[in-house]
Amino acid sequence: MKAKKTSGEKIFETAVYIILGIMLILVLFPLMYVVAGSLTSAKELAANRFVIFPKEPTLDVYKYILKTKTFPRSMFISVCITVAGTFVNLVMTCLTAYPLSKRNLPGRSFFMLGVTITLVFSGGMIPTYLVVNGIGLVDTYGALIIPVAINSFNLILVKNFFQEIPESLIEAAKIDGSSEINTLAKIVLPLSKPALATFTMFYAVTHWNRFLEPLLYLNDSKKWTVQVLLRQIVMLSSSGGDDEASMPGFVLPVLSLKLAVVVVSSLPLIAAYPFMQKYFDKGVMAGSVKG
Amino acid sequence: MSGKTWRAVKRNKSLYFMLIPGILFYVIFKYGPMVGLIAAFKEYQPFLGFFGSPWVGFKHFQRLFGSGSFLRIMKNTLVISGLNLFFYFPVPVIIALLLNEVRVNWFKRLVQTVIYIPHFLSWVVVVGICYSLFTTDGGIINNFIMNVFRRDAVDFMGAEAWLRPMVVFQNIWKESGWGTIIFLAALAGVDIEMYEAAKLDGASRFQQIWYITLPAIKATVITMLIIRMGSIMEAGFDQMFLMQNATNRQVSQIIDTYVYQMGMKNGQLSFATAVGLFKSAIGLVLVLVSDRFAKKIGEEGIL
Repeated sequence: MKAKKTSGEKIFETAVYIILGIMLILVLFPLMYVVAGSLTSAKELAANRFVIFPKEPTLDVYKYILKTKTFPRSMFISVCITVAGTFVNLVMTCLTAYPLSKRNLPGRSFFMLGVTITLVFSGGMIPTYLVVNGIGLVDTYGALIIPVAINSFNLILVKNFFQEIPESLIEAAKIDGSSEINTLAKIVLPLSKPALATFTMFYAVTHWNRFLEPLLYLNDSKKWTVQVLLRQIVMLSSSGGDDEASMPGFVLPVLSLKLAVVVVSSLPLIAAYPFMQKYFDKGVMAGSVKG
Repeated sequence: MSGKTWRAVKRNKSLYFMLIPGILFYVIFKYGPMVGLIAAFKEYQPFLGFFGSPWVGFKHFQRLFGSGSFLRIMKNTLVISGLNLFFYFPVPVIIALLLNEVRVNWFKRLVQTVIYIPHFLSWVVVVGICYSLFTTDGGIINNFIMNVFRRDAVDFMGAEAWLRPMVVFQNIWKESGWGTIIFLAALAGVDIEMYEAAKLDGASRFQQIWYITLPAIKATVITMLIIRMGSIMEAGFDQMFLMQNATNRQVSQIIDTYVYQMGMKNGQLSFATAVGLFKSAIGLVLVLVSDRFAKKIGEEGIL
């Protein structure tokens, strides 16, 4: 049963598709430009100023950046931090969320208040730096993992998720003599797989993109994560930046070189993107602030 | 503590053990810095230690409110967030409404897949892409302006006048796609039969949007708006820090970047702490007020 479309309706539909099509292009164009530009040789860029698809794509700059010491090292550091940091995030979040999900735990509302307060008030950048510095984490990778071990929003959402698990399943395990930690590992976590996948995704992306913490806590440029190095290569080398020491190994980065580092540093995210997509609907849950 | 509570505590001993790492985390990294805020009332000197440093009362706050840069930085912060709120906020709502009208499923999925991507890129990448597009040093936009329009190159990334438009533009590019998710979720709850019924009654597409779709997302729109209002002191450290350069500092310096500069670069830890405390306090009031406001008009609060 197909209703006939009036002409007004046709115009409406066409307009919708055109506007969305334009948005598609506006989002895609910069991304394509970056990839294409990174494959363009300096010669071609100089000869033709509107390269969108290079005639003779070349991987020269990629070979160059992979041969430098700094870039592969920072990629490796970022991968390690992301893996270790996400693991710590998940362990700490689940371990804390589980007891808080027990409605009859004495003191629960006190602990929850303690968590909620941190959502609306924080000590801020400098006092946090003083604490991290005070316990000797500055210039260690721990500074990028331990001080951000739990995100309060995620904690509350995981706690709410655990609360939804039928009490009868947990009680049954208890009668069988299962300890609390065992119940968490064997019953609660397997039932929470989709939710945990979503939080793994959010935690991992946050780690990979983290910029402020490495900027604050890592003075030693040999320890830089890819985001901090990226800033150095892409922005400071030609915007008259005056801050950090310049990176050895990157003399005169041309446009293609900058674009190539942008591409490589985003590759892990783009590669993970298709796998993350199916969790986007649940991302709504994590995106909604209400706990 | 009554005997009953005590027994409950003892019975749940293992649960409390599980809480220990979490409690330590919160005490050290969340509440520790809050205690550290008293540095704002001291003249913190690293060699004297935190507690050995002398008290100076409101000296740092007086200096902050008395300085000429305070008003400028406050204004920059509010203008950037205000512009973002005004120009960014409607975009995800509009895209969600448009997507809701798309009946061809593959096209809808394609658009969704693509417009979510920028959300997952870091600010360094987004500003970097923007930089390579708009730079006067061989960026494609300026090449176009010079060669096609025969005009002088425009210093989009450096000029003071262009900072705010570029920041808002980057924000819209990066986040408006992802921002649609929450509205699309609200729209997914609308009963298709309502549209069918409206169609039978002869309602046009615009009328259907006006009477069915918009009311369905009204609550979500209001809640999101209130959340954004509550965080108006957050103009975005990463983005503003990356967009900042020697020529645009007059307009690009926001509270967060000022705290970083004064504390980490100039080593005035106590003064920077005072600035940060000022910001956190205002932020707290704004969040609490907007939460109360949301509940008053019958929407879900945020706390």
